Amino acid sequence: MGEEKKTSRRKFLTLTVLGGAAVAAGAGIQKAFSANVAKAASDTTAAGAGGASAAADTASVGDTMKVLTPTGELLEISKAHAYAAHHAPVTNEEARIGIPGRRFVMVIDLSKCDGCKKCTVACQKMHFTPPDREYIKVFEMQDSKETGAYWMPKPCFHCDNPPCTKVCPVNATFKREDGIVLIDNTRCIGCRFCMAACPYSTRFFNWGAPEEIPAMDNIPYTPEQGYPRRIGTVEKCDFCPDMIREGKMPACVDSCDMGAIYFGDENEDAVTNSNGDTVRLSTLLDQNAAYRYLEELGTKPRVYYLPPKNRRYPEPRIAHDASRRTIEG
Amino acid sequence: MDSTIKKNNGAEQASLAHRAADATFATDPIPASPTIRLAAAGGTLPSIEKIRDDFLKPITPGNFGKWSRYWVIGLAVVMAWGLFAYIYQLRTGLEATAMRNYVSWGLYIATFVFIIGISHSGTLVSAILRVTNQEWRRPITRSAELLTAVALMFGGLMPIIDMGRPDRVLNMVFFGRLQSPLVWDIVCITTYLTGSLMFLYLPMIPDIALAKKRFANTASKSRLWIYDKLAMGWEGTPEQWRRLERAMRVMTVMIIPIAVSVHTVISYIFAMTLRAGWDSTIFGPYFVVGALYSGSAGVILVMAAFRKIYHLEEYITPRHFDLMSKIVLALTMIYAYFNFNEYWVSAYKMESGEAPLLRNLFSGGYSTVFWILQFGTVLLPIIILATPRGRKPVLATITCVVIVAGAWVKRYIIIIPVLLHPFLPMQHAPLSWTNYFPNWVEFSVVGGMLAGILLVITLFSKFFPISSIWEVEEGVHVAQRAAAGLPPTVASHNGKDHKHTLAPAIEEAFAQ
Repeated sequence: MGEEKKTSRRKFLTLTVLGGAAVAAGAGIQKAFSANVAKAASDTTAAGAGGASAAADTASVGDTMKVLTPTGELLEISKAHAYAAHHAPVTNEEARIGIPGRRFVMVIDLSKCDGCKKCTVACQKMHFTPPDREYIKVFEMQDSKETGAYWMPKPCFHCDNPPCTKVCPVNATFKREDGIVLIDNTRCIGCRFCMAACPYSTRFFNWGAPEEIPAMDNIPYTPEQGYPRRIGTVEKCDFCPDMIREGKMPACVDSCDMGAIYFGDENEDAVTNSNGDTVRLSTLLDQNAAYRYLEELGTKPRVYYLPPKNRRYPEPRIAHDASRRTIEG
Repeated sequence: MDSTIKKNNGAEQASLAHRAADATFATDPIPASPTIRLAAAGGTLPSIEKIRDDFLKPITPGNFGKWSRYWVIGLAVVMAWGLFAYIYQLRTGLEATAMRNYVSWGLYIATFVFIIGISHSGTLVSAILRVTNQEWRRPITRSAELLTAVALMFGGLMPIIDMGRPDRVLNMVFFGRLQSPLVWDIVCITTYLTGSLMFLYLPMIPDIALAKKRFANTASKSRLWIYDKLAMGWEGTPEQWRRLERAMRVMTVMIIPIAVSVHTVISYIFAMTLRAGWDSTIFGPYFVVGALYSGSAGVILVMAAFRKIYHLEEYITPRHFDLMSKIVLALTMIYAYFNFNEYWVSAYKMESGEAPLLRNLFSGGYSTVFWILQFGTVLLPIIILATPRGRKPVLATITCVVIVAGAWVKRYIIIIPVLLHPFLPMQHAPLSWTNYFPNWVEFSVVGGMLAGILLVITLFSKFFPISSIWEVEEGVHVAQRAAAGLPPTVASHNGKDHKHTLAPAIEEAFAQ
């Protein structure tokens, strides 16, 4: 009996030591392997991802730059090998929560808008949308027969009481903590209920297959950027969250020559336009009789309009062209 | 027949004594049914054998005539064409339809609402007429229930056909949000489908057992096997009858609120949005009444079709058309009232959001269709059906064809003009966005759906009796008892306090 116990204990100890050694060896191999893979991946990311490659374009072979690796090494590499890495996309979960601590808001000064539609074009370039799809659309409005006509750029209002997110059966469109309403086109089933529910004609549907942009092929999908667009799903203005994360303004704000579109943060109580005018949001709204479009619907839009008083630019021609009256929709 | 009444005399005396103290018995009105009046007038009622022969003749194996074949093949061709159109749509995307960014819902959703509306036929005829003990419902309950079940099966497919990504339909299960009216839709429609299938199947059990016995030597093996499985070992014992009747009573009561909920929830797809023309609190009751109105007209159509095709003139009499037309008349009047309210209240105010829409409907591009609908499919049927001549079979059927077609167009009018009048003007939009008319793909798919409904109904009627044979026999029995001055109902055999119209007479007949 004792003999048996001794041998079985020895057997047990031998097995444990051997097993432990095997596990340690395996872990070591795996670590080495994954380190290689990570290194290879980071190489390709740095070298191959889409995005601006201005540095590589203009640099000559001799130009070098110093870079710091994540492991703390200081390297000197040729600028010709450096491509601006695309900002790491956020995961689907992060995209649904939003940028913490912010509440984005837009103010559009209708007295400054001259109807040039540069905002529309910039947005289309940014999102690779076809010309008939205007995420921010410039309308020629005239509230009643005798009142003045004006240009009204209308993005998605990212409402605080959004009628669209209420009716989505699969939670493919959602409201984030930072106020932005996004669409996850990997989940959208294309029922178009949100399109029926939105009273502002803001959403568009991909009836056919969207055009593919080869240069953007390597971008992993995130609802914040919305590329690749998919057939059979809904899309709309998204307030460019990927630009915001890089500290930039949405494309429409930046491109407005008149500085008519202000964008900013309700929490910071500050909005900025393309001219770099940063103003206090509360003062801007308070002093300029700001309003929200179709306030009575109760959707609580996050886009405010400043009325077209003392309009600086010619009004749309509809005011004097009865055949193009748009009062009656 | 006399012998059966004599046989039960003992039980009769007991029940009479049992109910001596029951004051309501004395004032039980004789149910006004054609068969009872016939019996009371001394006319001859059909015998049980004759009833069975007449209803089992259409489903006799081998009874698939030339015209039946042409009809079925024709429907199959239309369905195949619809399928082809749908596959084309799957491959190119919804771009294959005429829907674009303003009219983002079109013929598919309109047809969806219409078909689900038609499905309210069974509830009305079967459930409500059963609950109110209307004797005359007996020959028409099964065809009405059939119309309901088939309409629900095909109607439930329409939203999937309309989806941009049908490959992701399971997302509704994995990620479904209870806050969305579409999810309420799915829950209600599947509940109603399950309920109406059960409601169709339960009363069929005795008839299937009968068919099995009758065709034991002539039907194919597979057909007998199906009959056998569906009959679930039915033998016609009193216990089985009791269970059947209890199950049917439960279903009858349960299906009515389910049916009301279904069309209410479908109306919410529109009423829960902020669009001018949809943002109205009247939509719930408006849609339910509209569904009952078009559904009951559908019952008349089905009734007339089977009466003609299977020569059931003795069972589905002009009085059936008269009574059913009165129901359609009543529902049309209630529907006209809701319709009037919907448009008149808005028109009086001409609120800025609704004004362009109302102008379009009353005097603009849609005015022709709108006024034809109001006068031709709402007012005219009321005028016609209000006269006794208008309720005769031929005229009633024609009126109901107009009503059903009009109901379909009316759904279209409720949906598309509203989408063409959003709050913001449609400026600088492509022509295909601002004009909508369904194209060949949409018409083909919808045509395929309608052909499918007709095909399933036809095939069903070729394999199962189109009326509930045992209920018709029960009706004859009730008529005989009424003619003999006896109460229509009998206490059950074992003395338990349970009303049981199906007397031993019929049980014995089934056991033969």
